Amino acid sequence: MIQLKNIHKTYHGGTELHVLKGISLDIREGEFVSIMGASGSGKSTLLNILGILDTYDEGEYSLAGTPVRNLSETHAARLRNESIGFIFQSFNLIPFKTAQENVALPLFYRGVSRAKRNALALEYLDRMGLKDWATHLPNELSGGQKQRVAIARALITHPKIILADEPTGALDSRTSVEVMQILKDLHRQGMTIVVVTHESGVAYQAEKIVHIKDGLIENIEEVTEQSRSPFTMNGVMK
Amino acid sequence: MTVFDRDAWNEILDALTKNKLRSLLTAFGIFWGMQMLVLLMGGGQGMQTMMAQLFAGFAQNAGFMAANTTSKAYHGFREGRAWSLTQKDVELVKASVPQVDIICGTNNYYGSLATHDSKKTSCTVSGILPEYQEISDPRMRLGRRLNEVDVRQQRKVCVVGKRIVDELFPGREDVLGEVIVVSGIPLTIVGQSGRSGNGINMGGNALSAIEIPLSTYQRTFGDGKSFELLAYTVKKGYQVSDVQKEIASVLKRSHDIHPDDEQAVFMVNTEAMFTMMNNSMQAISMLVWMIGLGTILSGAIGVSNIMMITVRERTTEIGIRRAIGATPRAIMRQILSESMVLTLMAGMSGICISVIILTAVDTVVRSMGQEYAGADFLIDFWTAVGSALCIAVLGLAAGLVPALHAMRIRPVEAMRSDE
Repeated sequence: MIQLKNIHKTYHGGTELHVLKGISLDIREGEFVSIMGASGSGKSTLLNILGILDTYDEGEYSLAGTPVRNLSETHAARLRNESIGFIFQSFNLIPFKTAQENVALPLFYRGVSRAKRNALALEYLDRMGLKDWATHLPNELSGGQKQRVAIARALITHPKIILADEPTGALDSRTSVEVMQILKDLHRQGMTIVVVTHESGVAYQAEKIVHIKDGLIENIEEVTEQSRSPFTMNGVMK
Repeated sequence: MTVFDRDAWNEILDALTKNKLRSLLTAFGIFWGMQMLVLLMGGGQGMQTMMAQLFAGFAQNAGFMAANTTSKAYHGFREGRAWSLTQKDVELVKASVPQVDIICGTNNYYGSLATHDSKKTSCTVSGILPEYQEISDPRMRLGRRLNEVDVRQQRKVCVVGKRIVDELFPGREDVLGEVIVVSGIPLTIVGQSGRSGNGINMGGNALSAIEIPLSTYQRTFGDGKSFELLAYTVKKGYQVSDVQKEIASVLKRSHDIHPDDEQAVFMVNTEAMFTMMNNSMQAISMLVWMIGLGTILSGAIGVSNIMMITVRERTTEIGIRRAIGATPRAIMRQILSESMVLTLMAGMSGICISVIILTAVDTVVRSMGQEYAGADFLIDFWTAVGSALCIAVLGLAAGLVPALHAMRIRPVEAMRSDE
């Protein structure tokens, strides 16, 4: 699903910052992968590149067989719309739109008719157990509810992959567990999911953890049932 | 996405209506500017039509001449000599100054008293020829003008001004056929003039004028041959100011007046007056346009500014939109449309409000009196349509810079929201 080969990224602003120093990574269809690292390790930059939100300087990236290189902004926008579902740490819902309108928004940019996308949005909200909150504005929802709206928005386009950036970063421990459970359920249904986090409790919910340090992959850890247990060192969420 | 895509419109209206205060503040500059422009245009139009109304019927290329005492000795005559204009002078000017179109003599008898039954009122009696009515249109309200036959038969008929009717026949509208007595001479009213007392008045206030045939005047009031005033117009393509010099020199030659005597021939002309008035009208309307356009322009810059701030404020939102699949063009279209819709709505309401105000002013002014009836404090339909189109273009222009700015917002901004 995702193939990265020797990805380099340098930021030019004041001082040169070589953030990614040759990342090579394969993520297969249906995998649930965490990318873990301290802040400044380059994990967010990696996620931005995976999400076609940012460009890279060197290397090769192909997403579901499509090479991602020198895309026009328009083409990149279309690719994001069709292939990627984003879940953000701060939910990133549009504050003046209702839950339903927020969920329906990606379909607006795909040119789906209003009636159809609103019906679909309601269906996805229902799936997240938020049908009754469809007409509420984001500031009338709790953090967990907001993140579930965001997940519904990510899913509505039938993306090939879900990219989550610290999905539990702004949530308390109980809702964190709920949100991670939703991601695990999606994974069980066959969705490819990549989560970027610095919390090991979140990272160990995945099948595979990619540890990043100083712009390089330190190691890739297969998660066993045992390491996920709350009784091991890494198992505690918050 | 076409212009008439309901979804796209919903998206725009959504963004505008859900941020009411911001939209309102943005719109206000344009609203105000548009209102000022339309009010000024309507007001200017009103003033112009009011002035035009006052001066309507008076030839704009007319001149008048009167005899005055000489100030220079010449041909053996001493200075300070009095002379007078006669029909001979009229014929002489007609023959030797071909640029003259109409020329005729008139006489005025000031401070006379007109009576009817027990009522009396002061008046000015003017003796005129039918041609004079081409120079100063009596704008008949009722009855007929004085004509050739009146002059030839020295009829005792008259055309009276409004005040004469009001004073001698209070409460009556139609006084045709009534006989009034002026200086012991009975005159039958054959017409009521509609001249305004506020316009150009030659020979006393037009409201209290009693016009009679020149021949009748000369037999009863005057010395029989001399005129007080020579009135004339010039042919198309000539300037009164040029022609009046020629007439003056012809008159001076025939009356043995020093060619350089500035005092002996008194001259006025309406051309200079109308030119001055038209110039100041033009200056005023140019000023109006400049002020109005300036206000609108500053309104547009205001819109542009606030849209810019809006775009800054909405960086995250735009980043999110971009992240979930909005193309740069879609973002640009959104910002441009928002700016345009805002400007158009603000401008339209500005036009509407000011038209309401102008209509009110119009009604008030018209109710002030018959002589203001023609005042027109309104803007013309196509001016309004043109202004609406202008603001649409302006809105587009105002949105351009912010839209380009918004277009350059990268989707990565969605990620930075919390930092």
